[in-house]
Parts: sequence; structure tokens; C-alpha cells
Amino acid sequence: MNHIALKMLMGDKGKYLGIIMGLTFASLIMTQQPAIFIGILARTYSFISDTGLPDIWVMDEKVQFVDDIKPLQDTELYRVRGISGVAWAMPMYKGLLKARLADGTFQTCIVVGLDDTTLIGGPPIMLQGEISDLRRSDSVIIDVDGLNEKLNKPTADGKKIPLKVGDSLELNDRRAIVVGVAKVTRTFQSQPVIYTTYSRAKSYAPKERKLLSFVLVKADKGQDLGELTRRIREKTGLAAYTQQEFMDITYNYFIKNTGIPINFGISVLLGFIVGAAIAGQTFYSFTLENIRQFGVLKAMGTSNWTLLRMILLQAVLVGSIGYGMGVGLTALFGYAMRHTILAFKFPWQLLVFSGAGVSLICMIAALISILKVMRLEPAIVFKS
Amino acid sequence: MVDAVRCEKLVKIYDAGGQKVVALNGIDLNIKLGELMMLVGPSGCGKTTLISVIAGILDQDSGVCELFGKNVNVMSSKDKLQFRAKNIGFVFQAFNLLPSLNAAENVSIPLIINGEKRTIAERKAIEVLKQVGLGDRWKSYPSQLSGGQQQRVAIARALVHSPRLIVCDEPTSALDHTSGHNVMNLLKEVALHQDRALVIVTHDARIFEFADRIAQMDDGHIIKVT
Ligand SMILES: Nc1ncnc2c1ncn2[C@@H]1O[C@H](COP(=O)(O)OP(=O)(O)OP(=O)(O)O)[C@@H](O)[C@H]1O
Ligand SMILES: [Mg+2]
Repeated sequence: MNHIALKMLMGDKGKYLGIIMGLTFASLIMTQQPAIFIGILARTYSFISDTGLPDIWVMDEKVQFVDDIKPLQDTELYRVRGISGVAWAMPMYKGLLKARLADGTFQTCIVVGLDDTTLIGGPPIMLQGEISDLRRSDSVIIDVDGLNEKLNKPTADGKKIPLKVGDSLELNDRRAIVVGVAKVTRTFQSQPVIYTTYSRAKSYAPKERKLLSFVLVKADKGQDLGELTRRIREKTGLAAYTQQEFMDITYNYFIKNTGIPINFGISVLLGFIVGAAIAGQTFYSFTLENIRQFGVLKAMGTSNWTLLRMILLQAVLVGSIGYGMGVGLTALFGYAMRHTILAFKFPWQLLVFSGAGVSLICMIAALISILKVMRLEPAIVFKS
Repeated sequence: MVDAVRCEKLVKIYDAGGQKVVALNGIDLNIKLGELMMLVGPSGCGKTTLISVIAGILDQDSGVCELFGKNVNVMSSKDKLQFRAKNIGFVFQAFNLLPSLNAAENVSIPLIINGEKRTIAERKAIEVLKQVGLGDRWKSYPSQLSGGQQQRVAIARALVHSPRLIVCDEPTSALDHTSGHNVMNLLKEVALHQDRALVIVTHDARIFEFADRIAQMDDGHIIKVT
């Protein structure tokens, strides 16, 4: 009977494609939108994940997320260095500063100041130049997207072209020369990221008593990180988080305090419902259109149990094909968008989530169809 | 010898939106093995209802209907299905072939329902298609066949599992005169034999000559058997 079920399903190519397309669309919505959503959320902590080297981030205990800077006194760095289990501890400045462009306009940038000697905490990928070029005077490294989109200079004929290595800009009336171009993961607000040394960052920043944003800590080999964060907290009264903890805190802050995740969640949910409705409806109407055929099989002695298995087989088949195509399209979409501003992230959990979603749709559609066929009076076969 | 069909005081009442329709009002009817029985009568008199009950796809409200000495009504629903799958063949006015299966696959369905392997079932189906004169068309899909040819495929499907009773509802009314005659010839010459009974519901006076007996119905009763 499986053979008959499959032939029934594929007999009418148009309807068959219709069901597959419905399910493809449902899977597409269920993966593409959440992938963008997850991509956006990942941007909230991308600065932390980009900074790979340190195990632990130390900061003011009132800091709520990565962009919530509550500066410390420089002396805190030495206190952290003195704690046992700390292999090294480096200062990091992170702040928003206004850059003045050649045409006189201003652009707010994230300025990151790295330890002058080790330059720890630098950008993950250098496209042009070296991180060590920061040792030259007035030098800065800027992220490529920031250059392409926001930091540019006018040409003679009025067109705007991105700054390039050797060009200069002004940060708080002080000269900065571009010595390198980096690739960083986009941040939530997509401001240009400017890397420089800690001491130079301090000179760019408005004069304040405290300018140390984070202390980046590497633990000794074999040191338990949980224990070390507790020790740092006890000894300094500062907050200390492992990289993962800091990412979670940041991520949760955005979930709780901005409407974006909720709005996006609603649109994902709506997409799911619309996709489910389309796919479920096409499958159910397929069963309805074939109800007479099921009636004939029933009259000729096919059991409800066999009919149930036939419909399940049909549902599983169209479900798998539709799911595969939907996920495939989403993956293609993500691939095509990989160099654009669009946020996109496709973790395996999303694959499981959407797979479960499509299965649920197919199960519900199959169930309604099955109930319909089970209740079917075989006597309808004599109706013309 | 036991009768193929024995109906006694059959009553079937439909509930059409609160309104009761008495479709069968005390039917007594016996059909012998080897017999071709026609059911005739005006539209709405209950012919289709009667063969539905006889074929076991509709439950009566009261009365008894025995097939080959067995009261199907008291069987478990599983046994009832198996009994139907083994013993009954169907021919419909609207052919009711599965459009996405070819002729051989359509004909093989009753065998597959009875648990036969697909390859064996299809080989057997082609044999029966030869008997109805369509041996060379077994690969054709219903849409590629004329009405008469489709009905011959349907007859092959009703025959393939050697059932002891074949029920036909208006088998010729969708066909022209010649095709109708061909179909009736097949039913009479190929389908009918001493271990099998045929019940044919019809309006079509041109085919009365094929009947062994004719039961005339009116308003839920059998008024005359000739
Ligand atoms: N499912 C149903 N629900 C309600 N009433 C029904 C149903 N099926 C048939 N009837 C009624 O039962 C009566 C007998 O119907 P049936 O179909 O048996 O007649 P018939 O003799 O086959 O008619 P025809 O020659 O037009 O096919 C009719 O009055 C019909 O309207
Ligand atoms: Mg009728």
C-alpha cells in the first residue's frame, strides 16, 4: 500500500509541487527569520567573542552589558595582577568618541585602547597592515565595514570614498593616522571600531579621573575559572566574568531591555503560524481532493490503520522534502548575504527547532486528514 | 446450497438534517450463487442503499443480511474488513479508478489489500486485463482510456481477487450503447460463474436481457421479483 500512497501523492504533479512549496515556504520562514534574529542577538556580544585571548573580563560591578562602560581607576589593574592564579592582566579602554571627517562632519566611533606593549585584545582579523603598526605614533586600525560605510572622505568631484591606509582623521581634535584595516564581527549598533593603544586612547578621550574600562585576565594553566572569578571579586570588589558569562549577561540584557527581540520573536511566531497554515492547508486539501480514492480503498477492505500509515507516509515525505528545500534556501540566503550588513547566524539548535516545527505542522495536517479519512463512510463510493 | 445473499426485513433510515428518510423499509431478498440479479426501480427508491448494505459498507438499522450463510453484522470490524476484502468486488457508475495508477496497478489493488506482493499482484492483474480485452493497455492511465475501457479495467479490478459476490451500481449508465453492451457481456460471460453472484443496480432497460432475475423496488420495498 505504500507504493499506492506514494503514487497517489505524486500522481498530480501540480498539487504535489504545491504541497512541497507550502512546506518549503514554512521551513524557509521558520529558519530564515530566526537566523537573522539570532544573528542580531549575536551582534550584541560580538565584541566579547571577537576578543578571544582573555579568559576573564574584570569590570565595575554595576556594568550590565558590554557597551555599558563604568570606568575604573588604573590602579585596579595592578590589584588584579597581584591575585594568585592570574597569568596576566591587561588594560582595555572602550568608549564612544566622535571622529571628525575631512568634510567637517562627525561620526561616533567605538574606540578601543589596547595595552601598549602586548596589544592584547586586538581585532580578530587584519586585512591590511599589522597590529604591531599601532606602535607607530598617532596610529589607529579601523574596521573595514566602518571604513566602507561611515568613515569616508570626499574626492575632488564630490564623490565619497572610504578612508584608506595613510589617511588621517581627527579624534577629539587630535590627529589619528590609519595604519591598518581589520575585519571585526559587526556590533549591534554597527558603529565603526577604531583600535589604538591604551595610552593613546586615553589621550583621545575627554579628560576624566577614571578611564580603564576592562581588565582582561588570562588564568594560569589548570586554574579553575569559576574559582578565579570568585577570588577576583572577593579581593577587588569588582565584577569578574568568564568570556561566556559576560556574553550571556550582555545577551540577556538586550533580551530584557530592548523591544527588538520580542518584536522579532513575534514576527518569527507569525511566520511559523502562516507557514503552518499554508502547508497544513495544502496537505489537508490534498487529502480532501482524494477522499473518494480513500473511500474506494476503504470499501474494498483497507483498514483504517493502513490508511493512517499511508497518510503518514505522504506527510513524512512531503515534510522532509519541504524541510530540506526550505533549510537549503535559508542556507543559500545566508551564504549570499555573508558580506552584507545583514545579520545571519544558523546554529544547529535552529535546525532542530525548525525541524520540530515542520514535523509538528505535518503531524497536525496528517492528523486532521487521518481523522477525516477514518470517519469517512465507505458508502460514498456509490455516490456519483 | 447456501445462498449468496439473504436479506430479511432490512430497514435503513437516514437522518438527513433532522428529517428521517426511510430508504429501506423491510427488504426480503435472496440471491443465489451463479445468479445475475438486477435491481431496478425509480430514482430514490433505495437501490444504492440496498447494495451498500449487502456489500457491507453501510450498516442497516434492523433486519438481517447474510452473505454465504454468514451474518457479517455480528463480526468484529477487523473480520468484517477482511471478509469484504476477500469476498466482494465493486463496479461503480463513475469507475472510481485511482487516476495516478496505471491499469495494472489499479487492478492489483484488491490483491494488495489481501496481502499479496506487488509484483505478483501486478502480474496477476495483467492476466485479468487480458480477459477483459485490455492486455495490451496495462500501462495506460485512466485518463488515457475511454469510458468503456475504464469500466473494463474496473471489472478486472472487481474480478482479480476471485470474490464470491460482485456488486455493480449503474455500471453502464455512463457509457454509450455499444460500450454498455460490451461491459454487460463481460460481466455475464467472464465475471459470472457457478460460485459467484452478481448484483447489478440499473436504470438501463437496454440491459435487462442480461439478468437472470430482476427485483423491482419502489419506496424502500421490493415489489416484484421476476
Ligand atoms: N447519505 C444519505 N443521507 C440522507 N439521505 C440519503 C442518503 N443517501 C440516500 N439518501 C436518501 O435515501 C433514499 C434512497 O437513496 P438511494 O441512493 O438508495 O436511491 P437510488 O434508488 O439509488 O436512487 P438513484 O436511482 O437516483 O441512484 C433517497 O430518498 C435519498 O435521498
Ligand atoms: Mg443509486
